[in-house]
Amino acid sequence: MVRGKRLVLEISNLRSAYGRIEVLRGISLQVRPNEIVALVGSNGAGKTTLLRALSGVQPAKGEISFLGERIDRLPPHRRVARGLVQSPEGRQIFGSLSVEDNLRLGGYLRKDKAISEDRDRIYDMFPVLKERRQALAGGLSGGQQQMLAIGRALMGKPKLLLLDEPSLGLSPLLVDQIIAAIADLRTKDIAVLLVEQNAVAALGIADRGYVMESGLIVHDGSAAALLADDRVKSAYLGIA
Amino acid sequence: MAEFFQFLVSGLTVGAVYALVALGFTLIYNASDVVNFAQGEFVMLGGMVTVFAHAAGVPLPLAAILAIVVAVIVGISLYWLAIAPARGASAVSLIIITIGASIFLRGVAQVVFDKQFHKLPSFSGDTPVQMMGAAVQPQSFWVIGGAATVVLLLYLFLERTLVGKAVLATSANRLAAKLVGINTATIMALSFGGSAAIGGIAGVLVTPITLTSYDVGTLLALKGFAAAMLGGMGNPFGALAGGLLLGLLEAFGAGLSQLHLQGRVRLHRHPRRAVRGAAGPVRRRAVERV
Repeated sequence: MVRGKRLVLEISNLRSAYGRIEVLRGISLQVRPNEIVALVGSNGAGKTTLLRALSGVQPAKGEISFLGERIDRLPPHRRVARGLVQSPEGRQIFGSLSVEDNLRLGGYLRKDKAISEDRDRIYDMFPVLKERRQALAGGLSGGQQQMLAIGRALMGKPKLLLLDEPSLGLSPLLVDQIIAAIADLRTKDIAVLLVEQNAVAALGIADRGYVMESGLIVHDGSAAALLADDRVKSAYLGIA
Repeated sequence: MAEFFQFLVSGLTVGAVYALVALGFTLIYNASDVVNFAQGEFVMLGGMVTVFAHAAGVPLPLAAILAIVVAVIVGISLYWLAIAPARGASAVSLIIITIGASIFLRGVAQVVFDKQFHKLPSFSGDTPVQMMGAAVQPQSFWVIGGAATVVLLLYLFLERTLVGKAVLATSANRLAAKLVGINTATIMALSFGGSAAIGGIAGVLVTPITLTSYDVGTLLALKGFAAAMLGGMGNPFGALAGGLLLGLLEAFGAGLSQLHLQGRVRLHRHPRRAVRGAAGPVRRRAVERV
């Protein structure tokens, strides 16, 4: 495949448990530069746990290499500093702070001067956030909060963006808008690991995909191949 | 009218101290979900270290700064040595840890200092200022002004600085704070330090009026906690309002009942007397409940 270019993310044999219940039972996967990788699977397969383990907010055993360096022992903030940024499931915005403060905090670790330019770029991407920039984030609609969560993650200058269920609970029109915005990240030199319940939409913009089931990767391949695979279709995509 | 104003000033003075203690509770509670019952010990340290440093020949302003620094060091140590290792423990366990820390600090203070009551000289003398027919201790202005300054500085820190916003973010959503790269452990340590500084300042300001000893913290923590609860735990403006309200209730309760019984007004000059003197049934019940 892509030779000579180092992997953005390489996980091998990652395990994680809540008490005695093992939720990740040895996950291995890779993300290459500028790639959008979809991670699909039913509820409870361990997708969110995997993303949390990658961000360091869920204890896990196994190797995680990011841009060629081991990061599995680093605390969450040092992973963010290296460019591994997550937009978590359920938005998780700072509800009692303004939209603008949420975006500013997205770039909390940045020392460069381009923060306000980047913020303007987020406003260009999601104009409704600009209109409501002084509003408290908790008062935004679900779709606006989702845009804010993605925008906040982008403010962290990610090299790899972990997106957990960005379309959850949104109207079809908003889903299209969010999915288009994600597809557009490829042009900005950002790799994406996308967890989506809307697997068809996710695989539609992804280069490759992994299918998770009970803490294991059960299928992987190009997005087109997964979309065409009958077993995957019937079990995970809801297409007969 | 003169009595009314007397009670008002006295209530605001005591209330400002309660408000600062309540603010300390709020700051720590917001950042870490811990109800820190060692909050009163920060006030005690502020007073006691100032008294002993001053007695040892250190000029008063320097002694006060030293005391606040000591309180901050104790506050940050409390976080790193007692709270951080118990990460993930239940709220009740954490409260018990802080109660243990409070008993420990009182014990250490008893050994390092002594068991006597101590007084600091008032910052601007003891000549009462006549205002609207009432005699106001100059130290009251220091307490009220000092408390207002602390509140203003805290507000500016939280609203105008990035680190301050990180404190607010950590209290709004700790998981999200970690995910944007905020080192939440450092933020919590900072909130313990800041809270200890606020307590220490309160101790320095109020000691010329109320005296201090190794165990003044217990009562102040209860009062501050009551004020914080009254204002809604976690709400800084509520903490301020709760503190002032509690102070006013005490002053008017104690003042009016004493006026009625004894025909004279007295400013609380002694913490123990303040407890006995305040006949407010509300507060007595609150103490029993705790």
